[in-house]
Amino acid sequence: MRHIISLLMANEAGALSRVSGLFSARGYNIESLTVAPTEDATLSRMTIVTSGSDEVIEQINKQLNKLVDVVSVMDLSDGDHIERELMLVKVRAEGADREELKRMSDIFRGNVIDVSDKTYTIELTGAGSKLDSFLQAIDRRLILETVRTGASGIGRGERILKI
Amino acid sequence: MELTGAEITIRCLQEEGVEYVFGYPGGAVLFIYDELFKQEAVKHVLVRHEQAAVHAADGYARSTEKVGVALVTSGPGVTNAVTGIATAYMDSIPMVVISGQVSTSFIGEDAFQEVDAVGITRPCVKHNFLVKDIKDLAATLKKAFYLAKSGRPGPVLVDIPKDISSMKTAFEYPSTVNIRSYHPQVAGDANLVKQAAQMLLEAKRPMVYAGGGVILSDAAKQLAELVRLVDAPCTNTLMGLGGYPASDKQFVGMLGMHGTYEANMGMQNCDVLLAVGARFDDRVIGNVAHFNSVPRRIVHIDIDPASISKRVKVDVPLVGDVGNVLTDLIKVLKSSKQKPDAAAHKDWWKQIDEWRGANSLSYKNSSEIIKPQFVIETLHKITRGDAYITSDVGQHQMWAAQYYKFDKPRRWINSGGLGTMGFGLPAAMGVQLAHPGETVACVTGEGSIQMNIQELSTCKQFNLPIKVIALNNRYLGMVRQWQEFFHGNRYSQSYMDALPDFVKLAEAYGHVGILVEKPSDVEGALQEAFARKDELVFLDFRTDSTENVYPMVPGGKGLSEVILAEDL
Ligand SMILES: Cc1cc2nc3c(=O)[nH]c(=O)nc-3n(C[C@H](O)[C@H](O)[C@H](O)COP(=O)(O)OP(=O)(O)OC[C@H]3O[C@@H](n4cnc5c(N)ncnc54)[C@H](O)[C@@H]3O)c2cc1C
Ligand SMILES: Cc1ncc(C[n+]2csc(CCOP(=O)(O)OP(=O)(O)O)c2C)c(N)n1
Ligand SMILES: [Mg+2]
Repeated sequence: MRHIISLLMANEAGALSRVSGLFSARGYNIESLTVAPTEDATLSRMTIVTSGSDEVIEQINKQLNKLVDVVSVMDLSDGDHIERELMLVKVRAEGADREELKRMSDIFRGNVIDVSDKTYTIELTGAGSKLDSFLQAIDRRLILETVRTGASGIGRGERILKI
Repeated sequence: MELTGAEITIRCLQEEGVEYVFGYPGGAVLFIYDELFKQEAVKHVLVRHEQAAVHAADGYARSTEKVGVALVTSGPGVTNAVTGIATAYMDSIPMVVISGQVSTSFIGEDAFQEVDAVGITRPCVKHNFLVKDIKDLAATLKKAFYLAKSGRPGPVLVDIPKDISSMKTAFEYPSTVNIRSYHPQVAGDANLVKQAAQMLLEAKRPMVYAGGGVILSDAAKQLAELVRLVDAPCTNTLMGLGGYPASDKQFVGMLGMHGTYEANMGMQNCDVLLAVGARFDDRVIGNVAHFNSVPRRIVHIDIDPASISKRVKVDVPLVGDVGNVLTDLIKVLKSSKQKPDAAAHKDWWKQIDEWRGANSLSYKNSSEIIKPQFVIETLHKITRGDAYITSDVGQHQMWAAQYYKFDKPRRWINSGGLGTMGFGLPAAMGVQLAHPGETVACVTGEGSIQMNIQELSTCKQFNLPIKVIALNNRYLGMVRQWQEFFHGNRYSQSYMDALPDFVKLAEAYGHVGILVEKPSDVEGALQEAFARKDELVFLDFRTDSTENVYPMVPGGKGLSEVILAEDL
């Protein structure tokens, strides 16, 4: 099953490689991994999307907790949570396509953030599945490049990951 | 007053009460070696290969309650140390390895003798550090020692660039450590302890399975008391030997691939299993599905939550230090009105005794050819079971584990998790230095000993009167055994040709060598060797090259699907 795991870790050099190394060494799946410092500059927050049996997920949580740099771990999938991913898509936008692409972007609540004679760059956020749908909804041949951040996640309401 | 990084390093070692550093010098650690030279509190043991430095620090740690310390230079110094570090990691041994690194301004430039030490060792250390600021050095070393010995112990590497070792800063050794992301749980949950006690009291066929965690926690006393209270048979893993006295009547021997019949049958047929500081290794429970095919309830005590329900699902997870949790458990058991089910236990013990009757460790001795088991039994007799025994890896290791009956913890020193050939001799050096005047023997094979034989030179320099017990079967015996059983007797590359004359070799290093070829000479040779209290004696026993280790649970099989000697 797919799980989205959030963790706080010391913002130390090499901390990221400890997490990614753990996943490769133990053969765990890693669908996406995002990381950036938090409001407390000594801490980074990471969101990992992974999948596996209940036993594997339990081990992943324990092994992550065991890393000395990791302060705390929360399996967001254990409860209500919100997931968002950012995608930038550059599309060929000429002639009739220009209008159509703008319309699709609006439907998906995207923003056109860069415009040239022949291209648009569209910014979209949402759950990964929404971003997938957008890519399916537009004409594939028009896609010049896409870049996605991978999911970031946070618990709903009082589900808080903090130290 | 300001001190250099090198001075700070040595001062930290002194503050930690480090007695011995095992190491080998080189460019990146020259400032540190210079400081070592100027003081006497921390003694340095010059090995002949960095792998041996780490194994010696490891042996020192295993035979004491202290942290082992090794010091190596950058590049090849660190890479040579990696096998030793991984060995300590797999067996959870507390150790600090200090490595030199190229100067900070050179890092990343493929500088002379530069390797990414933190990167290379990352998967086989508990934690590691690269010190990039002289101001962090003392606190980092403090953290390293704290991490190495607390919680589930393990090796910690501190990589110190050369320029850091010559820079100056004010020195203050922190008196406490606080790592906000690291808080090992040492006390067991009180409710779960009660549940566990209840389960044990209700058991009709209880079994205690105790591992290396008992040794690491120094909890042999508590274990013995608990086993008596719950009236259960007790088995030890290879790493746990000595954690429960082998001569006690409730002991059923080692379990696992080469465990006794009674231990493995007990594991398979018990109704409540108490696992204490043991990690359900594949060499211990064999095939997991087969192990799970019979119902039993499991209580598991381990300080590392990740060891619990990793391979086998448990019913009562008790995260905590073995010593603490056993003490709590004993208290609850003692205050309970309920007593173990005497009638059921009587039947259980009868069953255990029946399995014992299979005599799974019996072997046919010979008057023609030396049987390796006989050498170990005689070794036990001559040393009155009171020696520190280190071992290499192979058949000889299993025979030492099976036939040297360990009654005390920290006497049996071997590489279980990584299975590192070449571990035995350097580990014995660490043990002998930690226990001067005590009897230390290294049981080895003609294959393994050659992986670190250069250490005979270190032994000479530091007057280490280790007794090397080589069971020379002219084969990589453990490999040969598998080839005999599972690869149609095709002995591919398991034959040890062109062996050196070990007697002359020992003599060349300035030691005593004795060749033993007849069973009738075994006892006399051992007596002579151990009478030479101040000398290293290398005993080259020419043993039966066709002997196999029994019992054996073949890889992938269940614990009750065992091959006994008499089956063949
Ligand atoms: C050739 C060969 C053959 C082998 N055959 C066998 C065999 O037949 N039988 C056998 O048993 N092994 C055998 N082994 C060894 C095997 O590979 C494992 O190393 C061994 O079984 C592991 O022992 P353990 O479960 O006691 O765990 P260890 O590796 O000793 O781990 C200790 C456990 O205790 C925990 N712990 C540590 N400190 C504490 C504390 N203070 N409080 C609580 N918990 C703590 C740790 O977290 C860990 O889970 C063999 C090895 C070799 C090389
Ligand atoms: C460094 C290393 N290389 C290879 C092995 C695989 N191996 C395990 S036992 C063994 C044979 C050991 O031979 P020897 O030391 O003569 O012991 P014996 O089994 O004959 O008693 C080998 C090669 C190992 N454990 N360690
Ligand atoms: Mg051999």
